[in-house]
Amino acid sequence: MASGNTLEVPRQDEPHHDGEPRRRDFLNIAAVAAAGVGGIAIVVPLINQMNPSADVLAQSTTDVDLSKIEAGQGIVTSFRKQPLFVRNLTPAEIAAADKVDVKTLRDPETLAQRTRGQKNWLITLGVCTHLGCIPQGITSGEDRGQFGGYFCPCHGSQYDTAARIRKGPAPKNLFVPEYKFTSPTTVTVG
Amino acid sequence: MVRAIAILIGAGFVAVLSWALFWSIQGVITDPPAPTAVDEFHLHPKEVELASNGFFGTYDQRQLQRGLQVYKEVCANCHSLKHVAFRDLTQLGYTPAQVKKFAADWSVKAKQFDPKSGDTTERPNTPSDYFPTVYYPGTGNPPDLSLITKARHEGPAYVYSLLTGYTDQPAALLKKFPDAKVPDGLYYNPYFANLNIAMPPPLSQDGQVTYLDGTKSTVQQNAKDVAAFLTWAAEPNLPTRHAYGLAVLGFLLFFCILAYGAYQNIWRDIKH
Amino acid sequence: MSFPWAKHYEPKSGFTKWIDERLPLPRLVYGAVGAGYPVPRNLNYFWNFGVLAGAALAIQIVTGIVLAMHYAANGGVAFDSVEHIMRDVNGGWFLRYAHANGASMFFVVVYIHIFRGLFYGSYKAPREMIWLLGVTIFLLMMATAFMGYVLPWGQMSFWGAQVITGFFSAIPVVGDTIRIWLLGGYAPDDAALNRFFSLHYLLPFVIAGVIILHIWALHIPGSNNPTGVDVKGEQDTVPFHPYYTAKDGFGLGVFLFIFAALLFFAPNSLGHPDNYIPANALQTPAHIVPEWYFWPFYAILRAFTVDFIGIPAKLLGVLAMFGSILLLFFLPWLDSSPVRSANYRPLYRIFFWVLVADVLVLGWCGGSPATPLYVIISQISAAYYFAHFLIIIPIISRAERPTPLPNSITEAVLAKKGGTSPAHTALSGSAVPAE
Repeated sequence: MASGNTLEVPRQDEPHHDGEPRRRDFLNIAAVAAAGVGGIAIVVPLINQMNPSADVLAQSTTDVDLSKIEAGQGIVTSFRKQPLFVRNLTPAEIAAADKVDVKTLRDPETLAQRTRGQKNWLITLGVCTHLGCIPQGITSGEDRGQFGGYFCPCHGSQYDTAARIRKGPAPKNLFVPEYKFTSPTTVTVG
Repeated sequence: MVRAIAILIGAGFVAVLSWALFWSIQGVITDPPAPTAVDEFHLHPKEVELASNGFFGTYDQRQLQRGLQVYKEVCANCHSLKHVAFRDLTQLGYTPAQVKKFAADWSVKAKQFDPKSGDTTERPNTPSDYFPTVYYPGTGNPPDLSLITKARHEGPAYVYSLLTGYTDQPAALLKKFPDAKVPDGLYYNPYFANLNIAMPPPLSQDGQVTYLDGTKSTVQQNAKDVAAFLTWAAEPNLPTRHAYGLAVLGFLLFFCILAYGAYQNIWRDIKH
Repeated sequence: MSFPWAKHYEPKSGFTKWIDERLPLPRLVYGAVGAGYPVPRNLNYFWNFGVLAGAALAIQIVTGIVLAMHYAANGGVAFDSVEHIMRDVNGGWFLRYAHANGASMFFVVVYIHIFRGLFYGSYKAPREMIWLLGVTIFLLMMATAFMGYVLPWGQMSFWGAQVITGFFSAIPVVGDTIRIWLLGGYAPDDAALNRFFSLHYLLPFVIAGVIILHIWALHIPGSNNPTGVDVKGEQDTVPFHPYYTAKDGFGLGVFLFIFAALLFFAPNSLGHPDNYIPANALQTPAHIVPEWYFWPFYAILRAFTVDFIGIPAKLLGVLAMFGSILLLFFLPWLDSSPVRSANYRPLYRIFFWVLVADVLVLGWCGGSPATPLYVIISQISAAYYFAHFLIIIPIISRAERPTPLPNSITEAVLAKKGGTSPAHTALSGSAVPAE
């Protein structure tokens, strides 16, 4: 009989003797379960520390002043440490973009869909959607390709006046980030 | 054999130390250490009640705002706060818009280096900027205050005591240590490590700062508020830390009880 | 290893059988920490500290690797990177405080573990190798901790590095060359900081390797026990799992509770405020002291204040400081008593407690300013320390008369409760009790 203080070591892989050991097993299971909960809880901060830190998150929005950009001009600035193309489209460029039949595009989008609120302000990331080079065409004097938008020298992707991919290996149009106008001449991106 | 060598080496160490001990004792007898002015007149920081004291310590946002005002109007001319970012001030209860304006209005501007021309220009601060470093050309080295309450023993109380501790040098000190007159350009403060500090009393009179929330502005109040603010600046996570601490200790206590029960359980039938 | 009655591993599922046939890891675990490893039944809580030391190392490695994702090891940015961790990194304050206080917990646990060994004669034959590996681990821990403390590049980091590397210049002729080689410069600077970071990341894994050897060496003779009497039969042991896994689980809970209390409510209590001041090579702190776990050795170093027969005091201090740890390697041969446990060595026991008090006094002196009073106390205490290991132990281990040992662990266990009569036991050797 394995009760009271004996020298014999009971076999622990037979948990059931009389009715009472059920309570004993429960305590053991509860202890292991609590340890498990603790173990999982400790993993959370270890994983979360790799998420962007507060200073990086603080840089997650960029304000752009549009007042100095004339129609037909563009500037390149930095958004989340990547180039941001801010272009003031001329009426001719807008018309050229609207004339295109959306169904023929690799990544179908209208100019209206790619501008938030004001159709002449085209704000996109300056990162080619093929393999990540910076396309040319934002600064005056650069090659704008045969569609009058942007041209990527790495593998020849050509974007039109709405920064949509028309020719070349890029699969998607230049990415349009979230932005909103905080005044007629300022916009907050991100 | 091992024993013999060991005893020999051991005797060697004891001999060297005994020789050193002899000279130490002789030194104490012939030339007893003289008390210094610092030994006798340096004071331990006064006790100050701050919301952050104790296990359940947290911050009083109103007090931190007042402390920020004291820092801005009294201390910021000479002391940097370079590890605090303007965006951190939302923890004091300000809205992002208020913080944005505060940063833009901050008198020391952010510096910008133009790699093309080699020029450094200035621009207004944004919330993601840190408080710009202040360069003080006068005597003394005003330390950065971001960590001052962790960089001094009993920091929060030390800051409070220092700011309220300026007095005239006691006559008793000069009598006992006639060479210890306060040097020109320094000020006597018994809470400072070597009694003479280069900083003139920054809080010299009541009402120096007019609080926006109407709290009575005395030197004591200013000192207390800025001590609280600097405690926050050094340890912004204190309330979170205490909260998690209670939860974790509670859980671990629960776990220990369970674990002890399981341990007793398993050993119940075993004589040990 | 085994006692002959150790249970053999039997895979319980097809899956574990598949693995075990190809990589005998399940059977290794079973035989090392599972139901297949017999351990004396009478171990007290002092035997928990080995596992706790392993847990502390694991905590340091995990928190350390994660901190290294955010730390920058260059003089101009190191201090700022630590503040970045404290303020901006998600949960960074928790990780930093865990790592800093975890180091202290690691040393507390290891010191208790060492003194357990000293009291119960765990260093004696056939366990000398375990002891030697253990002292090696201790030395590696001290090197790791020293380098880690330099990384935040505060005032104590810099000046501590200055002092410790300065030891090497005490070596005659080649001393300063060695010091400059270690630092990669004339004073602690970027070169030193970067290499300390590299080595601080490396050494814990070396420690882990030595710990594997340490445990492997332990599993040959099996654990010592409070009586110091060898295991004689199955009655003397219980399987490690679940008996000691349960006890270690509870011990771990208590350890974590104390650790959490320190981390969340007094995280800077064991540190020095001066390390929150950025390093300044042109300004020495009022009192340079290392972290508390080095204080006894620091006291021994500073006790040597006068030259002796032409040997400079500085060199004497350095030799004594290293000597105080190195002599531990020789302990199994300094202590020649055939009795292991101090429970049965009344004279040794007295000196053991004097040693404990002595080390505590040395620690107190090491953390205090080197004023004449503290120097005198250090000199007396250091003299006792060396006398204890090199003179007293060798002499009394031969001369003392130990009290009678129990015939077996079982006998001691039974005698403790004063309960069941010997007829109930199976001292005759059979494993089945009389009932």
